[in-house]
Amino acid sequence: MHVTVDQDRCCSSGQCVLTAPDVFDQSEEDGLVLLLQDRPDPALLPKLRTAAALCPGGAITVAAEQVEEVEA
Amino acid sequence: MSVVDDISFPAPRESGCPFDPPPAFRRAATRISLWDGKPCWMLTDYRDVRAVLSDRRFSADTRNPAFPFLLPGQQQLRREKPNFLRLDDPEHARLRKMLTTDFLIKRVEAMRPDIQRIVDETLDAMVGHGSPADLVAEFALPVPSLVICDLLGVPYEDHEFFQRQSVRLLDSTIPPQDVRAAFDLLIEYLTDLAATKHAGSTGILAKLAARDDLSAEEVANNGLLLLLAGHETTANMTSLSTLVLLRNPAQADRLRAEPELIGGAVEELLRYLTIVDTGLPRVAMEDVELSDGLVVKAGEAVLLILSMANRDEELFPGATDLDVTRDARRHLAFGFGVHQCLGQPLARAELQIALSTLLRRLPRLRLAVPFEEVAFRNETLIYGLKQLPVAW
Ligand code: SF4
Repeated sequence: MHVTVDQDRCCSSGQCVLTAPDVFDQSEEDGLVLLLQDRPDPALLPKLRTAAALCPGGAITVAAEQVEEVEA
Repeated sequence: MSVVDDISFPAPRESGCPFDPPPAFRRAATRISLWDGKPCWMLTDYRDVRAVLSDRRFSADTRNPAFPFLLPGQQQLRREKPNFLRLDDPEHARLRKMLTTDFLIKRVEAMRPDIQRIVDETLDAMVGHGSPADLVAEFALPVPSLVICDLLGVPYEDHEFFQRQSVRLLDSTIPPQDVRAAFDLLIEYLTDLAATKHAGSTGILAKLAARDDLSAEEVANNGLLLLLAGHETTANMTSLSTLVLLRNPAQADRLRAEPELIGGAVEELLRYLTIVDTGLPRVAMEDVELSDGLVVKAGEAVLLILSMANRDEELFPGATDLDVTRDARRHLAFGFGVHQCLGQPLARAELQIALSTLLRRLPRLRLAVPFEEVAFRNETLIYGLKQLPVAW
């Protein structure tokens, strides 16, 4: 499992910190999301999916596993 | 799909349950006509509402000639330098970023003891005056008022003045020039305050006033947004939530028995009540395709009906019922996208503390008048109660 954040899309709402405080934090300087770990325990997957869904900026991406790109 | 209906905002609720969205809000995308005859899409579908709010091809800028104003009074408030709610990025982001650290989760969590103290003292005062009491005037309004005044650095002694003007500012029944007068009075008040605060005092207003890159107008406009948002929303959520819990005693009992449910219960109350339900206005900057093949064309206006989106049956089964144990966190009561409410951590903390303290300390709280006599605020742009007579 792999988590990425895009600070350019973050609007500092803190939904991620509320949902998965082990994985996300907010910078004290500007409120932007900070990723504490990019390969968290797979047990956290449901929480991370919720965090990604709640993020109003669409700044969080959670990839459950590496999926091969298939040409349509 | 292209029926044109005339609709007024706030839409009346008379015939239905006062906690349900107005009957005029229909479940499909509808072409409506606003007070000035301007056509506008009314979108109610959860997916559409969320998609538009997170799509930068939709603008929230009131200076756009196609921007839909719900009331003539609002049009009068069109400004050279709108507050950040009415701007798009990058202007919006620039102003909003100045405030984000004041509403960090950790900051707000650290404020909880202060909020608890304010809640306790306000409740002590209400109980001290004796039963019955008006919960709006004696509890629901003073709590957020004290909190936001403290945070902004606005003297609470002035609350009667700015609360009266704030109510006028959001009133849909008074003439546009009176709305404008209320706005001017508030701006003048905040401009003066910011000028005097400039020298070293604390609070967000002083912090903004000390910046070289903000004009006095920007300081006052954004200060007013915070002052209004801090009062009207939390106060109305507190009083309406209390009323809903009094009408659903089994849910209130459940919360008393399991106080740890309060966090989720507040989300459910936010979803169920969705007090900013007049519609969030946007303008499409390009052609955008939404669900079911609906294309909103460049230059067309849309109104997003949050209260209907929050009653989406797929996402919230049994959506018309209040269920404090539901996972309601995907509600859109705070909006979505880059404009999602900046103060939501504070609103959550205040609501959680105010409601749980009320339930705990006044277990026999009840309505002091028949339900039919409770006065709802249907004429303002934020739904709420005028009074809530309670006994205990
Ligand atoms: S939820 Fe999204 S927008 Fe909010 S702080 Fe986290 S990453 Fe930023």
